[in-house]
Amino acid sequence: MTITQVPLVDYLVLGDIPHLIANECTKCGARYFDRRNACASCFATDFKKVTIVNEGIVRSFTIVTFAAPGVPVPFVAAIIDCGGTSVRGNLANVDPTPEKVTLGMKVKLTTYSLGADDNGLEAIGFGYEPA
Amino acid sequence: MATDDIYILGIYMTKFGKYPDKDTVDLASEAVIAALADAQVTMKDIGVMAAGCLMGQGGIGQMIQKQVGQTGIPVYNVSNACATGATALRTAIMAIKAGECDMGLAVGVEKLAGVGLLGGGGAPKSKNKEWTPSGRFGSVTNVDGLIGTAAMPGTFAQVGMEYGHKYGGATFELFAKISEKNHAHSTLNPLAAYSKRMSLDEIMNDIMISYPNTRPMCSANCDGAAAAVVVSGAKLKTLSLEQQRRAIKVSASILTSDPYQEACQVLPDVNTLTRIAAKQAYEQAGVSPSDLNLVELHDCFATAELVHYDNLMLCEEGGAVDFFNSGATWRDGSMPVNVSGGLESKGHPIAATGIANIWEVCHHLRGEAGPRQIEGAKVGLAHVIGLGSACGIHILEKSAL
Repeated sequence: MTITQVPLVDYLVLGDIPHLIANECTKCGARYFDRRNACASCFATDFKKVTIVNEGIVRSFTIVTFAAPGVPVPFVAAIIDCGGTSVRGNLANVDPTPEKVTLGMKVKLTTYSLGADDNGLEAIGFGYEPA
Repeated sequence: MATDDIYILGIYMTKFGKYPDKDTVDLASEAVIAALADAQVTMKDIGVMAAGCLMGQGGIGQMIQKQVGQTGIPVYNVSNACATGATALRTAIMAIKAGECDMGLAVGVEKLAGVGLLGGGGAPKSKNKEWTPSGRFGSVTNVDGLIGTAAMPGTFAQVGMEYGHKYGGATFELFAKISEKNHAHSTLNPLAAYSKRMSLDEIMNDIMISYPNTRPMCSANCDGAAAAVVVSGAKLKTLSLEQQRRAIKVSASILTSDPYQEACQVLPDVNTLTRIAAKQAYEQAGVSPSDLNLVELHDCFATAELVHYDNLMLCEEGGAVDFFNSGATWRDGSMPVNVSGGLESKGHPIAATGIANIWEVCHHLRGEAGPRQIEGAKVGLAHVIGLGSACGIHILEKSAL
C-alpha cells in the first residue's frame, strides 16, 4: 500500500485519532518536540516517546496581520497548555478577532490538509479549535 | 575610586535614522572617533576592542580599525542578537577585569532602515512541490504561519499576552499607553529616529502588525552606531580631574542566557534570564531597584516593556499593570523608564542598542542631557535582551567627584 499522507511535522501522528507526541527525558521528564542530543534541563541522553493530550487552554496568543512574504494572514498564533505541556500552534475554526479569541479559552487539536505535492502525497497540518 | 572598579571614560551614539550614503564602517567609525574624543584618549591608549554588527559579515572590528587606527590590539567580534552591544561592552570590561589591559573600546553598529519585518518566513524548502521531511522537527515545509509565528512582533505580543493571562489587566489599550509614553518622551531626544508625539488614538488606530502591537508599538528599524571607552579605576586615577569627573562607574555588568524552562521551546522565555540578571546586577552594585533614578529597558515592543517592569523588579511581582497605571514610568514619575523614547521611537539598530542605552543613562548621570535631563540622577540601569536568548544589564553610577 502506498503512503498517501505525511504529517507537517514528525511530532504529529496521523491515524484514527491524530495527536502530538514528544521526546520525553527518561530522567527528569522534560519534553521536546524536536530531536535533542541531550536534555537541556538535566543533560541526560535517553528519551522516550510520549503522547500529548489533545485538549488544552490558550495561555497566550497574537493575531498576526502582517507577516513575511508567502505567509497568509490573518492567523491566530497561540501557546496552548495541553495538560502541562506547552504547545505552539495556530487556532482554527475561530474568527481571528480579539472578540472571539480569549486568554484561557478551551481548545482541542484538529487537523487539516495542506494539499498534495507533485507526487500525490498529501501533507496534513494541525491546529487547535474551540472545544 | 577603587582600583579594581570599571568606569566608562567616553561614550557616544550617532543620531539614529536613515543613512543611505554611509555604510556600517562609516557609522561605527564616527561613533568610535567621537567616543575616544569624549574620553580624551586615542587608539594608542586602547588595549582591547570588541565590536558587533549582527546583520553584517564577520570581521567588523578589523574593518573599523582600518578607519580609526590599526594598533595590533586583540579584537573580539561578538554576536549575541539584540544584546550584541552589551556583550561587546562586557567583553572589553572582562579584559580589563582580567588584568590584560587598563583601557578598552566597545562598538556596535547596524544598518536596518527599510529592512522590514524581522524573524519568521523563509524560502520554500524545495523548488518542486514535494513534501519531504527534514530538519529537527521533520517538517515538510516552512512552518512559520502554520505552527504559530516566529516573527518578532508576534513573538513579543505573546510575551505580553502571557503576562496578561497570568496576572490580568494587560489590555490592548494598556500596551498602547506604554507606547504613548515612549513616543512622548522621544520629543525631547534629538538623536531619536522618530520624535513625533502620538496620541493614544493614533497609536491604537495605526496599522495592526500583530495584535496587540500596532506599528508604532514596534521598535523602529533604523541605522546607527554607538561606542564606549572603558577604563580601570587604577588607570583613571592617573588621568585628569576633568576625565575623572565625567567618568561613570560601571557598578554592575551582567550577561545571562536563558535557563531551561518548560515552555521555552515554544515561546522564548524573556523573563527568567532578565530576572536572574537583575538580581545579580543589584547584588553586584549593592543597590536596590528603589535607588534607581532612571531605567532604559528593552522595549523592542510595547508588550515587552510591561513584563520587564516586573522582571527588573521595578514593581512587585505581578504588579506591572498597576505600576504603569500609577504613572511611575513617565519621565516625571518615581521611576522614569525609557526617557530616550525607547526602541519604539529612538529606534533599534540592533548591535548599537546595547551601548546606546548606556549612553543615554551616562548622559543623565553626567548632567548633560539638556531638556530631557532627569534632575539629580545618580544611579541608572540599562537592560537589553536578545532572543535565543541573551540578557545584558549594566548599572551605572555618577562619579563621586
